[in-house]
This record gives sequence, structure tokens and C-alpha cells, in this order.
Amino acid sequence: MALLEIENLTVEFPTRRKTFVAVKDAHLTVEPGQIHGLVGESGAGKSTIGAAVMGLLDPPGRISAGLIRFRGQEISGLDAAAMQALRGRKISMIFQDPLTSLNPLFTVKQQLVETIQAHLGLSEAEAGARAVALIERVGIPDAANRVNQYPHQFSGGMRQRVVIALALCSEPDVIIADEPTTALDVSIQAQILELIKELARERQVGVILITHDMGVIADTTDVVTVMYQGEVVESGPTAQVLGRPEHPYTKSLIAAVPRPTVKLHRFPLIAYGGRVTGFAIEDLARSWPKSEAARGTPLIEAEGLTKRFVSKRALLPSNREYFTAVDGASFEIRQGEVFGLVGESGSGKSTIARMIAGLYAVDGGSVRFGGRDVTATARGVPDWYRREIQMIFQDPYSSLNPRMRVDEIVGEPAKHHGILKGAALKARVAELLDRVGLGAEAGLKYPHEFSGGQRQRISIARALATQPRFLICDEPTSALDVSIQAQILNILKDLQEHLNLTMLFISHDLPVVRQMCDRVGVMKNGQLVEVADTETLFAEPQHPYTRELLSLMPRLDGLSDEGLAVA
Amino acid sequence: MLSYIFRRILQSVLVLLVVGLVAFAMFRFVGDPVETMLGQERTVEDIERLRENLGLNDPFFVQYWNFLVRAVQGDLGISYRQGRPVAEIIAERLPATLELAAVSGLFALVFGIVFGVFTAIRRDGWAANAIMTLSLIGVSLPTFLIGILLIYVFAVELSWLPSFGRGEVVQLGGWSTGFLTQSGLIALILPSITLGLYQMTLIMRLVRSEMLEVLRQDYIRFARARGLSQKAINFRHALKNTLVPVITVTGLQLGSIIAFAIITETVFQWPGVGLLFINAIQFVDIPVMAAYLMLISVMFVGINLIVDLLYVAIDPRLRS
Repeated sequence: MALLEIENLTVEFPTRRKTFVAVKDAHLTVEPGQIHGLVGESGAGKSTIGAAVMGLLDPPGRISAGLIRFRGQEISGLDAAAMQALRGRKISMIFQDPLTSLNPLFTVKQQLVETIQAHLGLSEAEAGARAVALIERVGIPDAANRVNQYPHQFSGGMRQRVVIALALCSEPDVIIADEPTTALDVSIQAQILELIKELARERQVGVILITHDMGVIADTTDVVTVMYQGEVVESGPTAQVLGRPEHPYTKSLIAAVPRPTVKLHRFPLIAYGGRVTGFAIEDLARSWPKSEAARGTPLIEAEGLTKRFVSKRALLPSNREYFTAVDGASFEIRQGEVFGLVGESGSGKSTIARMIAGLYAVDGGSVRFGGRDVTATARGVPDWYRREIQMIFQDPYSSLNPRMRVDEIVGEPAKHHGILKGAALKARVAELLDRVGLGAEAGLKYPHEFSGGQRQRISIARALATQPRFLICDEPTSALDVSIQAQILNILKDLQEHLNLTMLFISHDLPVVRQMCDRVGVMKNGQLVEVADTETLFAEPQHPYTRELLSLMPRLDGLSDEGLAVA
Repeated sequence: MLSYIFRRILQSVLVLLVVGLVAFAMFRFVGDPVETMLGQERTVEDIERLRENLGLNDPFFVQYWNFLVRAVQGDLGISYRQGRPVAEIIAERLPATLELAAVSGLFALVFGIVFGVFTAIRRDGWAANAIMTLSLIGVSLPTFLIGILLIYVFAVELSWLPSFGRGEVVQLGGWSTGFLTQSGLIALILPSITLGLYQMTLIMRLVRSEMLEVLRQDYIRFARARGLSQKAINFRHALKNTLVPVITVTGLQLGSIIAFAIITETVFQWPGVGLLFINAIQFVDIPVMAAYLMLISVMFVGINLIVDLLYVAIDPRLRS
């Protein structure tokens, strides 16, 4: 008998004006010991299915049709008290962000003990012993001491282990993991996924793994269900769905996944559901200033860049303690190339970008731009240099001022530097918005009226307003869905090709880096351990850390190649 | 940790010195105490002698320095009007103000937190809406008006409660307390409500919005997913997180309860330091005014120091 059966599930969110259907007629079954992947882009309704199973739909959401059965018994109609008894007891949930899933004011032990006591009615001492055993089980060393610590004393990966321990408190039969590794580094991701696989294998737990990441699906799941806008479009054994997708949406989704193994000229955009918007970067080239510098000559030369942050304040300078975020990084970025920086979180990638952009003063070393010294001091960088560089940030939601109109946002840099004003400024803004595929009329709206991908286009238009020669992209697509990511990456590639723009491209995602970059630097703990041509780096990594990173990268060998044009 | 406390104390002392300086500078403009101290038949010699005795002929900074040196030794000077040591007068009056402030602070805190939590949990209930609407009155009406309204309703019309004074007090050592007699306790009711109402609504609104914010957090969702009861989630997980920011504001508010007791004490003729200060202004009694201002700033600064330390006690993330 299946552990969990979902039949014809429909979830609605009625509002005053109209009813929004988040999940439509969904089917799904989970067997003991099976990992069932639920994949789709944002808004597909995959998290809603998880919440519906748990009885945790945010009001006013409700199950308007269909059944959820747990071990043959219907649970979709249970009242709040019966549902609460089931939650955590039989069905547990793991959330995306381990940094926010734990209450910061209670020790790990307190949180474990209260959960154990809520379900199993053990004494304080018994529950405490069980808490230690659970922490040991999820692979945290020195469990007896560490349980008494607070969540902030654990690293991100360790916290996710604590979250898993909390989900395991009462030996549940089903675990719903909602993007459990999205906020984690690749090496930690691999460990957490391994732990989940182990649990499924050894304890015959059924797992629903909700994710947007095809790599995770390919490596971890037995069965996969693909969702699009609330509907299940395809379901079946993972190898079959990924290798021989039948539904056009699944095909378009798989085609948009950046491949770690081959470099593509452009991402294929298989239109499905009208999500592709065109853009025309080559038209911008006509009015773009011609650069006199030849391709391949160094544009940025960084020498021994160092940045330290005070980690312990003290009155006496000798008592202060420092954390060295970037330790003597030297590299050059050549005219017209895309230079990638990869590394795990905290390795210093963004700090380098901020020093080059003049947002952080450097504590050592120098930066030259086209031969002229532009090292950032406490007063920042020279104005002429600011015009030549622009940045695109990771989070399209917080990098645009919500109180400014889009045309003001896009025009602001050019206005600030006194490059353009009046009608000329307006024309430039309209042209930019049009070329990135939003249309000039988008300027009259406010940022909240746009989706994440559209906002990132606004950011790109803003970055182009001063006609810079150098663009810093700090994880520009990490917050986006794969199909949108493919579009944004295509725009960036066009910028490089048609406008001869030079780019510093920061990412933790190796397949994306392979697609985007000409040369790559690998960072670890503030040090630049290896710099090489992208293809050389992927084919013959020199540094052991690079090899380790590459080995953790999902292979995606079984993915369908339909629609790919190799560069 | 130690260096943190040390730094805070150093800052506090600096604040006190500046407050003292500003206060002292202002007193030059409130009037000449000699005018009010001597009667109509004064001679130029009388005035000169008195000025010399009081040290008013010294340069400004010398006066301030002398004041500081003596204040540190516990000597706050002699009241011009009453001719008694200021420290003695304040010690007499302080218990009345502190008891009033303590009761209204407690009132504000208890009802503020209870109502705040209630209106956050029952966000759309009619009772919560009613409390929120009524609380608007608490914020928008000035203190003296609330005091007068309360006197009119409960003292004049209903004759339930006294309209002025502390009632009977009992001397415990140097401390006069109204807590031990029935009339003393009854006399506390109206002034404490008047003084604490504004703070209560403020704390309530703050707790409510913080609580709503906290209830949206991932760890609350995760606590529900773990199958914890609603009670444990609301009162264990949510409330403790709510209190972290609430403590700062509450600390500041307790300071202002003591400082703004002036108005309430005037309305209710409460024999505390606030009333003393008002009277001192009328008679240009500079030593009393200076001592009062220093006292208030010492309390403000002290309360803030305690709040900062409480923060560290509640939030483990600040302890590293």
C-alpha cells in the first residue's frame, strides 16, 4: 500500500475579486523508501501541495476538491486538532532556509525536547537523551555538547541537519522537504541529499522532495512529477522523464538547464506558455561608443587585493581581531571577456567585486583600469571610473527602489553623472527598456508590477544607461527560475558580443559559469587558488579544491539533448 | 563584555555632563533668584551680599564646576526658597514619584503586553478591533485631559476615588510609602492610569506589530510543521522573540514615565519631585531645578544601560 496518495487535489485561494487556483487536479503517490521529486518553476504550485498535505495552507487557501490519503486513511478532511497530532508525528516537513527555520532564542536541545515531548510524552531526561541521539544520527560531531548551543552557533549546513533532526523527532513515515538545499553550498548540498537518501533507504521513509533544481532531481529522486502553473504535466521514473521527456513544457524546462559538460552558444528558448520575451541588444551597438582598446588587452589589473573586516572590536588596536575576507588576490580581466569568479559562500567573491566597484576600501593591493590607478580608498573611486563600471545584483527584488518609477531608476545613473538630461535622457531610457525586451512603456510603471526576470532586465537596462565598458554581475541569476535564467544569460552574452562589454561574473553555479565565462578564477577562504581558461579548468583542473568542486557538480548525463545547439 | 559595559558607562557619564551643562546654561535665562528671595525693602548692599553668598558672582564655568564637585559628594546645594539642603528635599519627595512611576509602569507593561498579544492572535476578532480603536484615544488625548476626565468621572460624579494627594503614608526608614494603607493604594489608581495610559497603548501597538511580524517567520511555520500546539507556538516561540525589540522601547518609556510625571503630579497634586520642579521654576530655585534635571538624566541613562544588558541576557546571538 502506498504511504501517501494524493488524488485529484485542487487547492484554491479565494479572494474578493476572483478565486486563484494554485493546484489543479494533481495526482501523486509516495511509496515507502521512495524519494519523489516535485519539480517546476516558481508559481507551479509545488510548495502548495506540500502545505496542503501538512494542513498548513495559508488562509484563505483551502482544498476544494480531491483527497489526500495517508496509509489508506483520508487526512484531507481532518480537523485542526487531529491534523496537529499528525504533523511532525507521522508527516514531517523540512524548509528551505536553515538560517530562519530555527528559533534563534532557544537552544537546539530545547527545541528538540519540546518537539519530542509534544509527540511521544517522554520525560525531560528521556527526551534529552533522545535529542542527543538524533543530533548524532544526522551526523553532527560532539552531539552531547553541541545540543546545548544556540542555532547561530551552527553553520548553515549544520543547521539544516538540526532541522532534519527536528523533523525526525518522532520517527515520521513521510518527510516533505521543500527546497532543502537551495540555500546551501554545493558541498553541503551533496551531504544533506546523501543524508536524505540514507533515511529513505534505511528507515523506509517516503520523501517528497520539492525543488526547482534539475540537478538535485537527477541525482536524488526515484520518481519525478513535473508541474506547471498548478497542473501536473508529466510524471514517471526520473530517468525516463529527464531522458525522454514527452510534454513540451518538460522539454523546454530541460533544455534551459545549463549543462556542465558542453558549452552552448546560446540557451535554446523553447517557447511554452508565452514566457519568452525577445530582446535586441545588437541594435544598441549602433549608438554605443567604440572602444579603442583591442580585445584581449588587460582592462582590469588587480594586484594583491586584500580586505579585512574587524571580527572583534576592542579599544586598543592590538586587541582587535580581524577576519581576512580576501587575501592578496591578483588577476587581470581582459578587454571584451567574461571573467568568472566561483567559490562557496564566504569565499570572498562578492568582496572582490565590491572592492573593484569602489564600494569597499581596499586594505592592501591595487586595482588599475585601462592602465590608470583606480584603487578604492575610503573616499571611493574617481568619478570617471564610476561611469565606466556598473553592477547587476543578485536579488532583483531588493536592488530596485520600490518608490521610484522604472524610467527614473533606469535613467538615474546617466542623470547622476550628468551625461544626459531632458529629452535625450528620456530617449536613452526608452531605447534601453525596449532593447532588453520590456518595451518603452514599462518606464511608467513601478518595480512591483514586474516579475523577478523582468526586474533583472530593468537592472540590466539601468547598468547600461551610462554606456559603461565594464559590468560586474554578482550572482545575477541565482534568484531566478531556469527558463528566466536562460533568457537573462542570453542577454548578457549578447552584451558581451555586440557591445564588446567586459564582465566580471560571480556565481556559485559551475554549469552557469561554464556557459558564460571565457576565463575563471576559483576562490577558497579568501584566496584565489586557480585561474584558467574555462574549458581548460573544466577539462584539467589543477588545484585539488577545484577538482573537489567539479566532482560535486551534478553531472546531468541523463538529460535529454533535444533543442541544444553546441557552440 | 566587560569592555562593553565600561564603554557604556563612559558614554553615560559624558551624557550626564552635557545635560548638566545645558541645564545650567538655561538657568541663566529663567530669572534672578535674588529678586524673589529678598522682599520689597532690599538695598543694593543686601543684593550684593546675597549674590556673593550664593556664589552667583563667580564665572559660569566656575559655578558649574562647583556644582559638579559638590554633587559628586552628595551635596546638591541649598534650596534658595526653603533654605534646606536640596538632597534632603528630593529624598523626601522621591518615594512618591517612584511609587507612582512603578505602578503606572507595571500597569503599562502588563496590559500593554496582554492586549498586544491578544490583538495579534485574534487579529480580526471584534474584541481585538475594539481594543485597537479605543487605543487610538489613549495615544491621541493629552495626559492632562485624561487626568481631568478621570477626576470628573470617578471623583466628582461617582465619588469612588480621591481626586488628589497620596492618601495616608507610612514611614519605612527614610521612605514614605503609600502601598501599606488602603487610602494610599486607592489614591494611586487614577494618577497611575493617567500616567501609564499613553505608554500602555504604545507598548500594546508595538507588541502587536512585532508579534504579527514574528508569526510570519519561518521558524513559526516550522514549529507548526513539527506539530507543536498553538499555545506553545504563541506564548513560547512567538512571545519571546517579540519581546527583544519591545524591551528597548519599554526601557525608554519607563524613563519618560518618571520624567513626564510632572504633568500628572500637577493635575493630581501628587507630592512628588515633578511637583517640586514646577514649584521650583516659579521661584527660580536653581539648585532644585538643577538637581532634578540631573536626577532625571541619571535615571534615563541608568535605565538604558540596564536595557542594553537585558538585551544580551535575552538574545544569545549577542553574547559571543
